[in-house]
Amino acid sequence: MLRSECLLTDAEDTRPYDCDGLTLYRQLPMVVALPETTAQVAAVLKLCHELRIPVVPRGAGTGLSGGALPHATGVLLSLAKLNRIIAIDARARIATVEPGVRNLAISEAAAQHRLYYAPDPSSQIACTIGGNVAENAGGVHCLKYGLTLHNVLRIRGLTMEGEAVEFGSHALDAPGLDLLPLVVGSEGMLAVVTEVTVKLVPTPQLARCVMASFDRVEDAGNAVATLVAAGIIPAGLEMLDQAASRLVEPHARAGYDLDAAAVLLCESDGTPAEVEEEIFRISEILRSARATRIQVSSSEAERLRFWAGRKNAFPAAGRAAPAYYCMDGTIPRKHLGGMLKAIQAMEQKYGLRCPNVFHAGDGNLHPLILFDDGDPDSVARAVAFGVEILEESVRLGGTITGEHGVGVEKIDQMCSQFGGPTLEAFFGVKRAFDPSGLLNPGKVVPTLHRCAELGGMAVHAGTLKFADLPRF
Amino acid sequence: MAASLESLLDLVRAAAAARTPLRIRGGGTKDFYGNTPSGEILDTRGLQGIVAYEPSELFVTANAGTSLRELEAVLTERGQMLPFEPPHFGDSATVGGCVAAGLAGPRRASFGATHGGVRDFVLGARLLDGRGQLLSFGGTVIKNVAGYDVARVLAGSLGVLGVIVEVSLKVLPRPLAETTLRFELDQAAALVRLNEWGGRPLPISASAWCGGELFLRLSGAPAAVAAARDILGGTEIVGDGPWTEIREQRHVFFSGDPPLWRISVPSTADVVGFGNQQMIEWGGALRWLRSAHPAAEIRAKAQTLGGHATLFRGGDRSQGVFTPLSPALKAIHRRLKAEFDPAGIFNPGRMYAEP
Ligand SMILES: Cc1cc2nc3c(=O)[nH]c(=O)nc-3n(C[C@H](O)[C@H](O)[C@H](O)COP(=O)(O)OP(=O)(O)OC[C@H]3O[C@@H](n4cnc5c(N)ncnc54)[C@H](O)[C@@H]3O)c2cc1C
Repeated sequence: MLRSECLLTDAEDTRPYDCDGLTLYRQLPMVVALPETTAQVAAVLKLCHELRIPVVPRGAGTGLSGGALPHATGVLLSLAKLNRIIAIDARARIATVEPGVRNLAISEAAAQHRLYYAPDPSSQIACTIGGNVAENAGGVHCLKYGLTLHNVLRIRGLTMEGEAVEFGSHALDAPGLDLLPLVVGSEGMLAVVTEVTVKLVPTPQLARCVMASFDRVEDAGNAVATLVAAGIIPAGLEMLDQAASRLVEPHARAGYDLDAAAVLLCESDGTPAEVEEEIFRISEILRSARATRIQVSSSEAERLRFWAGRKNAFPAAGRAAPAYYCMDGTIPRKHLGGMLKAIQAMEQKYGLRCPNVFHAGDGNLHPLILFDDGDPDSVARAVAFGVEILEESVRLGGTITGEHGVGVEKIDQMCSQFGGPTLEAFFGVKRAFDPSGLLNPGKVVPTLHRCAELGGMAVHAGTLKFADLPRF
Repeated sequence: MAASLESLLDLVRAAAAARTPLRIRGGGTKDFYGNTPSGEILDTRGLQGIVAYEPSELFVTANAGTSLRELEAVLTERGQMLPFEPPHFGDSATVGGCVAAGLAGPRRASFGATHGGVRDFVLGARLLDGRGQLLSFGGTVIKNVAGYDVARVLAGSLGVLGVIVEVSLKVLPRPLAETTLRFELDQAAALVRLNEWGGRPLPISASAWCGGELFLRLSGAPAAVAAARDILGGTEIVGDGPWTEIREQRHVFFSGDPPLWRISVPSTADVVGFGNQQMIEWGGALRWLRSAHPAAEIRAKAQTLGGHATLFRGGDRSQGVFTPLSPALKAIHRRLKAEFDPAGIFNPGRMYAEP
C-alpha cells in the first residue's frame, strides 16, 4: 500500500509528529502514514475504516489549536508528500493543487502570469493549502480579498470510507446544498482534502502602506472603526501594541515608533491613481482620529520593512520568553481599545506579559501570552489567562477563534459560545459526513456531558448520541 | 422571544409530531424557483425587523420576514449595500427568502472585497430545525471558525434544513464611483475579452452580453474607474445601465415563452450552443439560455463544459429542475437532511425528489 519509508512506527521517527504548532499538547501516534498519491490515501482510509482505526490528517503541522494532535491508537495521516501543483490556468485565473502544496508556493508559481493567491497567513512559507482549507486560514489581506473560503472554488476529498467526493466546482456554484463552507474550516473532521482549486487574482500594480502612531490604544481602536465607517476597505489593516512593537523592533528594524501606545499599519493597493487617492483619505482620517505620527512607505522596500515587524511578531515572541501562547479571539472592532485595556489588567492578574498583534480590520486578536513551559505553575497561569481572553471575546459579541480553529485547545470554550442544541447539530453534521466518527475524533465539538462538568451547560436528557470522549 | 417566533416553534413541533409537510414561505416572490413546493404554508413574515445594524462593524442582522427592499433602503441611507446584489423578483421579497434561494445578482463575479455569492456574505443565522429547536450558527464578526459553518450552507438551501428565522449578513460600502460601458461584440469575442479583462486589475463589478451588445460596469474609487474607462474604451452609458432590468429579469431577453435555463460554467467555457437566445453574465461564468431543447441534452452540454444547468423558469419540470447529485454527495445530503429534519417536514421535494 505504501513504500516502507512512508510508514513510520518507531517512536524516534514518529516523535516529530507528536504535536502541531501548539506544543502544550503532545501525543505519539500509533503510526505515521505518508502516502504519495491520492489512491494511497484512499487505501489507507479504507483499511482504517475497516479496522476501526482513528485517522488524524496533517499538513505542515503549523496549526495553533492542536487540530493535528495525533490519536494514541490512531494513524497520523500526513498529506505533505502530495505536493504537486497540478495545473495553473492563467486564462481562467485558477490553480489546482494537491493538499500538501505550501500556501506561498501557489503565489510563486502564479507570479509569472501576474497573478497570486490572496489569503496570506503569516505562516505561508510553511503551511499547506490542505491545512488552510481545514482551518479557513486568514491573513493580512483578508479584509479586502476574503478568507480561504472566499478564494476556493472546488475541493476534492475522500470520506473516512475512502470514497471520493467533490465540493464546489470550477463554475461559481454547484447543484444541491453548498457543502463547501462546511468542509472549509472543518479541521480535518469531515473529509480528507486531496485536491484544491483556488482562485488567483491579478497582482495589484502598486501597494503602499501607511504607518500611524497613537498615544492611546483606544484611539487606535477607534481609528480602525472610523476608517471602515468612512467606507474604506484597506488591503490590510493591522495593529501592534507598544509591547509588541518593542518586542519586534530589535530584530525586524521596521522603524516602529517605540513611544507610541499602538502602531497601526494600513495598506492600500490598486492603480497608482487609486492608491494615491486612498492614501490621502486614509491619512486624513487617521489624523482626525488622533494619530500622532503618520508615515507613508515611499518604496516597495520600505513597505516590506513596515510589514516585516508585524510578520515577525511570533518569532520575536519565541525569542522573548521560553514559550508563548497565541490566542485568536475575534471581537467587534469598536471594542479593540477596551479589549487591550482588559488584557493589560489580566497581565497583572496572572503575572505574565502579553504583547498584542491584531488583524485589526477583522477585529481578530492575537495576544501572545509569554510564559515558561518548564514551570507548571506558569503553564497553568498562561492557560487560565488565555481562557479569560476567549471568554471576554464571547462576552463582547465575538468568537473564541477567528482563524486558528478550535482543535483540542478551545474545546471547552465551545460550551460558552454555543447552546446544547447547536452543539448537538454539530455532531449531526459530523455524523452526516463521517458516520463512523473515526476521522480526527475528539476535536472541536465538546460533548454535552463535558460542558455540564464544566458547569457551562445543562445536559439534555437522553439526546446524547456520541459516547463521551476522553479529555486531553 | 417574539410571539411570532413562539408560534412558529409550536407549529413546527406539531407538524413534526404529525409528520405534516410544511412549505416555508416569505413573500412568495420565488415560488417559481426550484421544484414545485407542496405542504401547508409556514409564513415567515411574522418575523419582522432589523435586529442590529452597525455600519462600522459591516454587518446587519435581520429577522427572516423583513422586507428585502426595506433592508436595502436602510443600508443605502448609510452608504452601504448587500454586496451580492440579490434579485428581488417582486416587491414582497424577504431577507430569509433571499438567503434560502441563494441567488446573487450582477455583482457576483467582481473582484476584491466585493466578490462572492450570497453564502460568502452570510456571517451567522438562527435556524428552527425539524425538532422545533432553535439553533444558532456563526455570529456577526467577519472571522469566525468556531464550529462548522452551517450558517453559510443555508444560502441556497431552499428551506430543506429548517426555517431561517434570523440572519446576519456582511455589508460593504457602496462604491464611490460607478459607470457602465457598452461594446458591440459577438458572443465568442465577448467571452475572450471578458476573460482577458478578468486577469487584469480592473474594477469590473458586473458584465452582461446579450444580442451583440456587451455591457460592463466599473465600480470603485473615482480614479480607478476613470483609469479603467480610458483603458477599456467602449461607449459610456448615461444613467445606471441595464443592471436592474437584468437582475430582476425584466430585460426583454427574459420575456416570451421558451424555457429559461440557468447554466453555471467556468468563465472560460466555450459558447454553450442551443441557439442564439442567450445572455452571459458574471464575466462568462453564468449563461442564461432560452431553449426548448431536451433537458438531458442541455444538462449533458453543461456538464461537458464543467458546470451544471438549472431549469429556472417554465419548461417540463416533472423530471426535477436541478442537476442530479453524485452518489457520494447524495448520501451526505440525505444524512444531513435526516439530522436537521428527521421527520422530513420541510419543503419536501423542493430541491430533489428524494431527501
Ligand atoms: C508562526 C505562525 C503564524 C501563523 N499565522 C497564521 C495566520 O496569519 N493566519 C492563519 O489563519 N493561521 C496562522 N497560523 C496557523 C496555521 O499556520 C494555519 O492554521 C494553517 O492553515 C495550518 O496549516 P498546516 O498545513 O500547518 O496544517 P496542520 O497544522 O497540519 O493541520 C491543521 C488542521 O488541518 C487538518 N488538515 C491538514 N491537512 C488536511 C487535509 N489535507 N485534509 C483534511 N484535513 C487536513 C488537520 O487535521 C488539522 O486539524 C500561524 C501559525 C504559525 C506557527
